[in-house]
Amino acid sequence: MKIVWRREPRHEEPLERRAFDLLTLTIAGVLLLHIGHLPIWLVLVLVLLLVWRWYKRRERSGRAPAYLKLPLLGLLAVAIVTSYGSLFGREAGAALAVGLLVLKLMESESARDARVATAFSCFALMTALLFDQGMVITFLVALCLLPALATLRALEPARLPLSFRREFLPVLTMLALSLPLALFAFVAVPRLSSPLWGAPPSAQARTGLSDRMSPGDFAELLNDDRPAMRVSFDGPPPPNNLRYFRAYVMWRYDGRDWGRSDVPREPAALTAERTIRYQVSLEPNGQAVLPAMDVPVEAPSQGQFGGDREIVAPRPVNDALTYSVTSALAYRLQPELDDRSRRRALQLPGGYNPKTLALARSWRQQHGDDTAGIVREALNLFHNGVFRYTLGPAPLGRDAMDDFLFSTHEGFCEHYASAFTILMRAAGIPARVVTGYQGGYWNSLGNYLLVRQSDAHAWGEVWMAGRGWVRFDPTAAVRPDRIDLGASAVADDRGEWFGSSWLRDARNHWDVVNRWWNQGVLGFSAIRQRGLLSPLGIKDADAEKLGLVLAFGCVLFAMIGLAWALWRQRETDPLRAAMMRLEHKLAGIDIVRRPSEGPQHYLTRAARALPHQRDTLERLMRSYLDLRYAHDEPPPELLSAFRQAVREFRPRRVVK
Amino acid sequence: MRDTYARLQRWAERKLPSLTRYRRAEPLPIRLHRRRIYIVPSFFGIGFCVLLFVMLIGALNYANNAALLLTCLLGAAAASSMLVAFRSLNGLQLTSIQSGHAIAGAPIQIRLHFVGQGRTHQGIRVEMESQTHAFALQGDEKIRVDLSMATFERGWQALPRIKVWSTWPFGLFRTWSWLYPDQTVLVWPRPEAAGPPPNLPSDDEEQRRQPRRGDDLAALRDYHPGDPTRHIAWKVSARHHGLLVKEFEQPHGRRDWQLDWRQLKHLDSESRISRLARWIGEAEAAGRASSLWLPDEDIPSGRGRPHYERCMNALARMP
Repeated sequence: MKIVWRREPRHEEPLERRAFDLLTLTIAGVLLLHIGHLPIWLVLVLVLLLVWRWYKRRERSGRAPAYLKLPLLGLLAVAIVTSYGSLFGREAGAALAVGLLVLKLMESESARDARVATAFSCFALMTALLFDQGMVITFLVALCLLPALATLRALEPARLPLSFRREFLPVLTMLALSLPLALFAFVAVPRLSSPLWGAPPSAQARTGLSDRMSPGDFAELLNDDRPAMRVSFDGPPPPNNLRYFRAYVMWRYDGRDWGRSDVPREPAALTAERTIRYQVSLEPNGQAVLPAMDVPVEAPSQGQFGGDREIVAPRPVNDALTYSVTSALAYRLQPELDDRSRRRALQLPGGYNPKTLALARSWRQQHGDDTAGIVREALNLFHNGVFRYTLGPAPLGRDAMDDFLFSTHEGFCEHYASAFTILMRAAGIPARVVTGYQGGYWNSLGNYLLVRQSDAHAWGEVWMAGRGWVRFDPTAAVRPDRIDLGASAVADDRGEWFGSSWLRDARNHWDVVNRWWNQGVLGFSAIRQRGLLSPLGIKDADAEKLGLVLAFGCVLFAMIGLAWALWRQRETDPLRAAMMRLEHKLAGIDIVRRPSEGPQHYLTRAARALPHQRDTLERLMRSYLDLRYAHDEPPPELLSAFRQAVREFRPRRVVK
Repeated sequence: MRDTYARLQRWAERKLPSLTRYRRAEPLPIRLHRRRIYIVPSFFGIGFCVLLFVMLIGALNYANNAALLLTCLLGAAAASSMLVAFRSLNGLQLTSIQSGHAIAGAPIQIRLHFVGQGRTHQGIRVEMESQTHAFALQGDEKIRVDLSMATFERGWQALPRIKVWSTWPFGLFRTWSWLYPDQTVLVWPRPEAAGPPPNLPSDDEEQRRQPRRGDDLAALRDYHPGDPTRHIAWKVSARHHGLLVKEFEQPHGRRDWQLDWRQLKHLDSESRISRLARWIGEAEAAGRASSLWLPDEDIPSGRGRPHYERCMNALARMP
């Protein structure tokens, strides 16, 4: 089929080849940034269209005809509706925006089209950040602004010719120079205290902790090197064996899964002894929980306590979040256990794990009421050498704990915590499972603790009369180094995942930068903004004060900018500068030097116009002519005398 | 009250010359500076602002700091483009204006000379009577801009206001300034369409003035620019300092046209001017020598383009 591209009408400014190339590059950049969440077939089709259009226009310019454009538009809409179910919403909207942008390129033939397409590209670039706010993506989006602005620049008429690569240099300079203003505005723009309309649903499911746990769930998580959170302590960091970050406390066991108690209760009573304060910057995880060290004394402002002193966030954490917590390292948690809680802490489903229950009952008979003795018995069981710590355990059957304790003998923290808790409950001791993170990597460069997803952990808590809930980590009984060195040290069957030490260093440096990005940029919330002016003595800066600061700052930047715009090269020749000063003074009383007028003629004319200052002016004229023409280099003392005379000269108009 | 107003107006004229005094012409050179450069957002700039605002609200609503940062960056770049827009015109100077020749009713060519301020000025457009010309300047380079202006009647015609504008660098802001140079161009009279040939002098006089006829060599004279090269007496010139030209007697019927204002007493002055203009044009077209007597100017006999221009200028200047 031969497609006739419509010739463009005369009256519009045509689109030059360079501007078109830059526009194509911009749209290609937009497409690239959205590649992660568009269906692959759509990406392929759009790339093909883009390349075809670009290639076609190299030979001949012209708009895509309507019989080609309209069906494409319809196809795009249908394709998006069939694959997303709607034209709106975040994913579908982004796909629609990118598709429309490519279609816009098909019909871009005038400067106006290109301007519209460029502005829309900027918008489409921003939407890429709704999916991922990471530093790399943000940097790439900023990079895509270069061809966008270069396109706008290329649309101007009568430019000095530039090579394609040099097109970006002026734009880059301009962006770099606007960066201070941009940063200032970023800091000072008042944030909304509550969203105007609903936030988009969270991105695709992430691996991470979940509020349900069944042995074997963590296997994927423990292989995940992504940072989960970064913790910086006010003061020395606690030793590794105290670095337990609790996320969820699980009470309910249905024979397979552990789940949270859904009974709303007051936060459990706590007697705290050694407290430690720290800041956590949490990576987005899609979970409505803020992990905190055992046991948090007070909840941060971003969340509130659940019944077991776990910190619950009002909504799932989909953006990086920073919060401060105070925790007690030595504590008594819930010294008094009411009957309902005791019943729930002893609940076991009937008909599961008969051998496990029998074992526990035998311990009970053996030790009687000695809770500590029974716990020691259980830990000894795990420690006796039969059990093996592995991230790839054999699958378990219906009576999962019987299989684990009496046949497979292999598993990781979830298996041990689960088995331990069931043993305790069967022996009549209130117990529960706690999940969270344990350990972490101390980044001495950034002075913070990096906790990765692979540091996810599960342990048990046993209620002892007079002591409250006491943490017991059965995994430590199997592999003490899991607790002392961290998860990665034990994961020997995965091999060395960061080959050499410099690679590890590079990773740590990179993590410091990422932490800075998450804390400084993404974590710059309304709360931190309010505390912004406290060094200036203004507590709790509200939107009004911030608006004032923003206005003042913008005026300041405008003044700097204007100073630059109005700045002129100073006259470097002192004699010329002095003469210009004299001319300026005389011009004030309407004796203006004409462009073609020499100094002698001009000053003679001035002397005629100001008879009573005739002598002064003639003297000035003579010394100027002397300085200018009698010497190669004007003698400094004569020059300074002339400048002095000019400075003292005050033209006075003749009063007639 | 009136005093206050007058004072205000004087102040405004001093501070914002091209805003209030734009009807008054000013002498060359005209240099653009901060008091006469105006800047407003273009339509595209307004649209871009709305888009930035939408992006800002979106970023704030979703508490998306990365998008907010990028929006701020784009906004800051757009704002600083205003300063660049200002600088693209600031310091630009209109140094001189040359004009071509045209008879009334035909467009006249105007040549403007611009000089920059030692840096780069790009994307500058000069607009006069709906014609636009774009140019770029680099360093101390001078640039010529050729425009044409419609003419209506003979005589001195003032230049219209000239607009210098630019949307450099991103098309977000439109910056402009008005130039109203104190400059007039001379428009030649329009020759009448048809009419009688000039009254020639009597035969006696002719006989006396032209003793011999034909293409015979009459004399040698100094070379003037415009003389045909084949009339140059090369051999004789070699013995002299300058070039000498052979002067031939006019053949009969190709005598001088002695055009005289006084001969056309029966016509009004505009008709006389247009008739004289036609005769001068015909003489020029035929390569015939002519002289012109006007009440305030007496142009001796001559030939060629400079002579034609001199006569037409004199006619154009007639009161």
